[in-house]
Amino acid sequence: MTRQRAAIAWGVLGVVAIMVIWEVYKFLGPAEGFVVGAITGQTGSGVMLLPRTNDRAMPHIWEMVARLFQSTSGGDTPPLIVPVVTAGLLTLGIAAVGWLIGVSVGALLGLVMQRWRLAEWGLLPWIVVSQTVPLIAFAPIVNSIGTQIDRGGTPWPQWLSVALIASYLAFFPVAVGVLRGLEAPDRIHLDLMRTYAAGYWPTLLRLRLPAAVPHLLPALRLAAASAVVGAVVAEVSIGMRGGIGRMLIQLAGQGSSDPAAPWGPTFGSIALGLVAAGSVALIGFGLKNYRRGEATA
Amino acid sequence: MTEFAVRAEGVGKVFPTKDGDVVALTEVELTVDAGEFVSLIGPSGCGKSTLLRLIADLDPASSGTLEIFGKPASKARVDQDYGIAFQQAGLLPWRTVAGNIALPLELHGMAKPARAARVAELAELVGLTEFVDRYPDQLSGGMQQRVAIARALAEQPRLLLMDEPFGALDEMTREYLQGELTRIAADTGAAVVFVTHSIPEAVFLSDRVVVMSPRPGRITDILTTGLGDTRDEALRESPAYFERVTAVREALHGTPVERANER
Repeated sequence: MTRQRAAIAWGVLGVVAIMVIWEVYKFLGPAEGFVVGAITGQTGSGVMLLPRTNDRAMPHIWEMVARLFQSTSGGDTPPLIVPVVTAGLLTLGIAAVGWLIGVSVGALLGLVMQRWRLAEWGLLPWIVVSQTVPLIAFAPIVNSIGTQIDRGGTPWPQWLSVALIASYLAFFPVAVGVLRGLEAPDRIHLDLMRTYAAGYWPTLLRLRLPAAVPHLLPALRLAAASAVVGAVVAEVSIGMRGGIGRMLIQLAGQGSSDPAAPWGPTFGSIALGLVAAGSVALIGFGLKNYRRGEATA
Repeated sequence: MTEFAVRAEGVGKVFPTKDGDVVALTEVELTVDAGEFVSLIGPSGCGKSTLLRLIADLDPASSGTLEIFGKPASKARVDQDYGIAFQQAGLLPWRTVAGNIALPLELHGMAKPARAARVAELAELVGLTEFVDRYPDQLSGGMQQRVAIARALAEQPRLLLMDEPFGALDEMTREYLQGELTRIAADTGAAVVFVTHSIPEAVFLSDRVVVMSPRPGRITDILTTGLGDTRDEALRESPAYFERVTAVREALHGTPVERANER
């Protein structure tokens, strides 16, 4: 219990520290930044060593928060927080689909790699390499394939492309986690299952999967965070409307006239990541018996 | 005709390694009668655990014939003719005591009501009735080992294989469980092959003690204890017991031990 409280305290402290650093620098730093080697009359020349601290570049934290409750774009438009939440929910839904696809594919890959050592040798290097392909390069390809399929008669909504791209990030930790988890049982437990003449499936069900849970939970959480990042980036790079990624880009474009506005969707996407990872933590709560350690005799 | 629980003829085991073959066991001739308690004793590397693993069909023998109740070891394993317990209890940490005891029954498709009844019976046998809902991490080492024994007995095997099951326990628990084991073995009528490091343990438990020697692992002597069916605390202090302990010790060391060392 005390450890839990300490964890919460540290988390709060971290957030507070970031806010303090932001405000302190804004107070102390030069309003126009500090530039070395600038040529007078030529904007953007020289190297900026310290960023600007004026209200356009660094709005106050309270302004960012207050902006959330002011109307989105003047007139009768609802407060900014409403479109942020709506867009956030859409992105969360897409990320969830991406997570499910990623978890299924990752789990399947993990199972196959554990079952056949040859598959591990053949697949694992490719799985690792797959994560070095930048999403920005990869997203438009998925999108254009999706459009082709859609034109071909099979309906392929744009969000499905986004979910697919999100799953591309999400499957990786799951594949590795499942592989490691399924190989986690002790020699003695495997021997025991052999003495029971238990085949592959009973062993998988009663020994390997339960023993994999402690490896699986962090993998699922990582996958959830990755799916959110993947969904946000994919929305931006294929230009899907309605999600929080697109909103972020749109408001950032208007940043010079409304500097606090882009922080709305920024906070929104942070909240998304937390909600996603938190939901997975709930799964872990239901599985806590599988995280027991056996005290050594 | 007496039935043999285990019959080994010219059994050998060779482990191939990068630096050439390692002979773990050679020319093992051993029979264990049904209902007999036999201990395998010897220094590390004498192949006693290897022999047990061969009997359990956890590893295949490299040479010779090995029969369990007249069947090849692999057939006996599939038929669940033996129960096994290791040095570590090897309980599944996510299962309760009852769940762990039920594991083999569950795997072999015993119906739920019958399973529950059998688990209750076994828990009673090892004296853990009050602890069936506990998890392994909530039990002491001795209790964990008792769960492992109950699990090994779940299928009512006629042969019990035990690889230093009390090796990691303190002396008090150890002696207590030794007494329990002789009682259980007598109750169930199962033959037991028991691997141990401890001379007093081997003598106290066994009808016969098989003395083994390393490099290469082989049987050097087989001693009959002839201590009768009652194995209680009084036996531990009887002259006959000490005499057998000395005999096993001498067989292990190969030379008579000086009198002074025995006191």
